[in-house]
Amino acid sequence: MDNLTQFAYVVAAALFILGLKQLGSPATARRGNTISAVGMLLAIVAALLDQGIVEYQWIAIGFVAGGLVGAAAARLVKMTAMPEMVALFNGFGGMASLLVGWAAISPAAGTFTLVTIVLSILIGGLTFTGSLVAYGKLSEKLGSGAVMFQGQQVVNSLIVLGIVAGAVMFCVEPANHLWLYLVVGLSLLFGIMAVIPIGGADMPVVISLLNSYSGLAACAAGFAVDNNILIVAGSLVGASGIILTQIMCKAMNRSLSNVLFSGFGSGKVESAEVEGEIKPISVEDAFYVLEAATNVAIIPGYGMAVAQAQHVVKELMELLERNGAEVNFGIHPVAGRMPGHMNVLLAEADVAYDHLLEMDDINPRMANVDVAIVIGANDVVNPAAREVESSPIYGMPVINVDQARTVFVLKRSMASGFAGIENPLFYKDNTRMLFGDAKESIGGLVREFG
Amino acid sequence: MIPAEVFLTFILMLSIFLGFELIHKVPSTLHTPLMSGANAISGITVVGAVSLAGTGQHDLANWLGAGAVALASINVVGGYLVTDRMLAMFKKKKGA
Repeated sequence: MDNLTQFAYVVAAALFILGLKQLGSPATARRGNTISAVGMLLAIVAALLDQGIVEYQWIAIGFVAGGLVGAAAARLVKMTAMPEMVALFNGFGGMASLLVGWAAISPAAGTFTLVTIVLSILIGGLTFTGSLVAYGKLSEKLGSGAVMFQGQQVVNSLIVLGIVAGAVMFCVEPANHLWLYLVVGLSLLFGIMAVIPIGGADMPVVISLLNSYSGLAACAAGFAVDNNILIVAGSLVGASGIILTQIMCKAMNRSLSNVLFSGFGSGKVESAEVEGEIKPISVEDAFYVLEAATNVAIIPGYGMAVAQAQHVVKELMELLERNGAEVNFGIHPVAGRMPGHMNVLLAEADVAYDHLLEMDDINPRMANVDVAIVIGANDVVNPAAREVESSPIYGMPVINVDQARTVFVLKRSMASGFAGIENPLFYKDNTRMLFGDAKESIGGLVREFG
Repeated sequence: MIPAEVFLTFILMLSIFLGFELIHKVPSTLHTPLMSGANAISGITVVGAVSLAGTGQHDLANWLGAGAVALASINVVGGYLVTDRMLAMFKKKKGA
């Protein structure tokens, strides 16, 4: 192959690595992303100069069509809708790898190449349909609950067996297209089957995992078309997704297989006896407590995203600070529907990132907090994770808001969290419930200050 | 001369370890941009796709390649742009 092209790939790989390195700090992250983009541009230009290319028409059409769609999506997407968009993009990446793997089939292909072709079709295919289902669940176009049915495991096992058999036969008999179609079809089916039993609140894990797969699919496609840069870039993405998956699982104190196969949240969970009573509070009374507070912690959850309350939260934060209080945010790793979801929303509302504290940083400070405001979070602040051994989330690390002097919980109604787990926090002596739409409740507080 | 399979696997192994080292250093506040940025990088498939889409033989492989170029371009363009849009919003406290 052309030496110049190969050399350009080396430089592109270095730029990807540098870019990811700069993503290690919010101060340099934007530059890092630009460096990575330059690496991509270089790789694409190098690929276009390849002597094997004799016709540019279809390449150009593909670029323009894809580029326009991508640019429009990037510009128009709301920050609250980022999880859906990332899910969808994962899927496109997977499908692209499937197509490349498929197109790489040639009579000259050896066994090693055939195996990598099958892998890129398999991983690409399940990433594609799995991501579409995840997209459907996240955007609420499909029900976000876990779908379980009788014999699900048997069906899934049969699909896996079918894929393995089809893959082996394809490698043995590549000229017979039946095997190819079998693998393509079953991979697509498997992606659907793998994601439907996973509930909406476990989506951070699923997106991370699909992110990883989209990288691994690119990697496999790289083997199939004998291209270094695909392997390097693909495995960087693969590693990134796997690390995020691990972090998410750890933050829920569950194993990956438990997340993927247990259908968590689909069954009824028996609730432990909870003592105490619910004590509602009015916006006015909440204001008096907040006015006297010198240390406030805000714990956002998915509900803040749903209510689009991030901007009004920022307003409240400014008023509290003007009133002399210290205000910090406590962000649980699985708050929201994807890793880092809350941070992006708050950044959009212009909250400086040094106010966003991780769980391990905010917990030791909790005893000094006068008021902890929980906005649309439930399971991530559930003290049952520490106290109730029979609770399904027992052992999950949570933000210990109950250790603050006063806790305000902003909630629409008394319905339990996604997992149907009773939350003893609501019944604690120092907890006050502020019922209603989060955006309106906070707006009410802001008006009281004004 | 090392066989191509071994050579490529070698690269794979090194990149995976490198990836783990790099990503572990990304703070949790940047995990969403990390993901969308990784998404953009996974659009690298476009590099493999262009050589298939430009063979000039209007066979199945050519069409599959063209489709892959389009899909991967969505990832590349959309991924980098949306990541940049997000990262532009991350600001440090004023005066600090």
